[in-house]
Amino acid sequence: MTTTTITRVVDARGSYCPGPLMELIRAIREGAVGDVISVYSTDKGSKVDIPKWIEKAGHRLVALEDRDGYDEIVVEKLR
Amino acid sequence: MREILVLGGGVGGTLVANLVGRKLKAEIAAGRARVRVVDETGDHVYQPGFMYIAMGGEPASSLVRPERSLLDARIELVVGRIERIDPAAKVVRLADGQELAWDELVVATGARILPEAIPHFATEAHHFYSAEGAARLRQALDAFTGGRIVVGIAGMPYKCPPAPLEVTFLIEAELRERGLRDGTEIHYCSPIGRAFTIESVSEMATPILAEKGVELHTFFNVEAIDPERKVVQSLEGEELPYDLLILVPPHKGARVVIESGLAPAAGWLPTDPQTLNVRGRDDIWAIGDATDLPLSKAGSTAHFEAPVVAERIAARVLGREPAAKEGVYTGKVMCFFEIGDGKGTLLRFDYDHPPQPPKPNRVWHLGKIVFNKTYWHTVPRGRI
Repeated sequence: MTTTTITRVVDARGSYCPGPLMELIRAIREGAVGDVISVYSTDKGSKVDIPKWIEKAGHRLVALEDRDGYDEIVVEKLR
Repeated sequence: MREILVLGGGVGGTLVANLVGRKLKAEIAAGRARVRVVDETGDHVYQPGFMYIAMGGEPASSLVRPERSLLDARIELVVGRIERIDPAAKVVRLADGQELAWDELVVATGARILPEAIPHFATEAHHFYSAEGAARLRQALDAFTGGRIVVGIAGMPYKCPPAPLEVTFLIEAELRERGLRDGTEIHYCSPIGRAFTIESVSEMATPILAEKGVELHTFFNVEAIDPERKVVQSLEGEELPYDLLILVPPHKGARVVIESGLAPAAGWLPTDPQTLNVRGRDDIWAIGDATDLPLSKAGSTAHFEAPVVAERIAARVLGREPAAKEGVYTGKVMCFFEIGDGKGTLLRFDYDHPPQPPKPNRVWHLGKIVFNKTYWHTVPRGRI
């Protein structure tokens, strides 16, 4: 668990690749530096793709947690 | 009188109207049902052909026919701009003041392109998502003598997901034929971590890109164009210089479905994947590009969705249960995929079965050409 305060939740459960990533990208575009976005995803590929994208895009992966039937990926917008 | 109203005279709207018309033939003849299609222009445009204006010398005029000529005689056509869909009153209002009531409503209003959402798109970038855009791209290709070509995607989802890869392959082949390939770099930018959304198609396309010497850039979400420096910039912080820039423009659903409160800001209607009902409404269906389903926005999707919607509407009007098989959409999509050099492959898939594209060959390329030429006599009329 993280103590970071989540500023926005993107519930992409039920959405298939690349849905969760595209919804995260939308949230990043709309957000401000310092925002912490939590993505809920049931798509297995997104668990791999989203951290790769975060690294490439220069943001911070705060946490990647297995929840009950979905993954929670927490991202801090750094730029 | 049961009023069946279809909004949009594209592939999905036309086919669903014709199929409902056939299933309710007796009801219509007896004056107990009426099927009306509302279309803004009254022209049916075969959008998959746009790419061939840019790449295959297709004249724009061959991609348009009067919608009336594709509808069965028992279907009425109303030409007018839809101003409002009122789900509470079950009425559609047109800009000319007409009010059309429905008992069953099909929303087949498609997708619209928004190149203007990216500053400098109009002056710096080309696309093939309209007849005019594709003709302009053709002129740019004719004038091209070498340099850097960048193909990218400025927003997802977009119509015909394989199209930017197809155009890349076709341009590469054309430049080789014209003796310009040695003096040209081609860059393909994908918004996700691989060349194509569907993994099996990506696995097929990636080695072909490499074979053809096209450089693949992943996680490149087009953010801005700098016309002074002639570079395209990504959200991820990369930039690529270009001499010829080809971008898939951002897409949204129809304005009227957003303004009527049926869809969120992106405009894609929340749609049940099996019944194709707009969520929470058993009298409204969405079809084709208008839905939020995780499938290709393509004529083929609308083609396979239409029989499901037609069956469900007919069942409601006739007071019976929809047929178990015909009344459920399985996510079936089938489309051809051009590879260049006269070769193509086929993507056939559904919700549960990803495509297993056959090795590219001449048959699938010719299949696409024949399909495009015979479209007018087959798909909208429900003959295949």
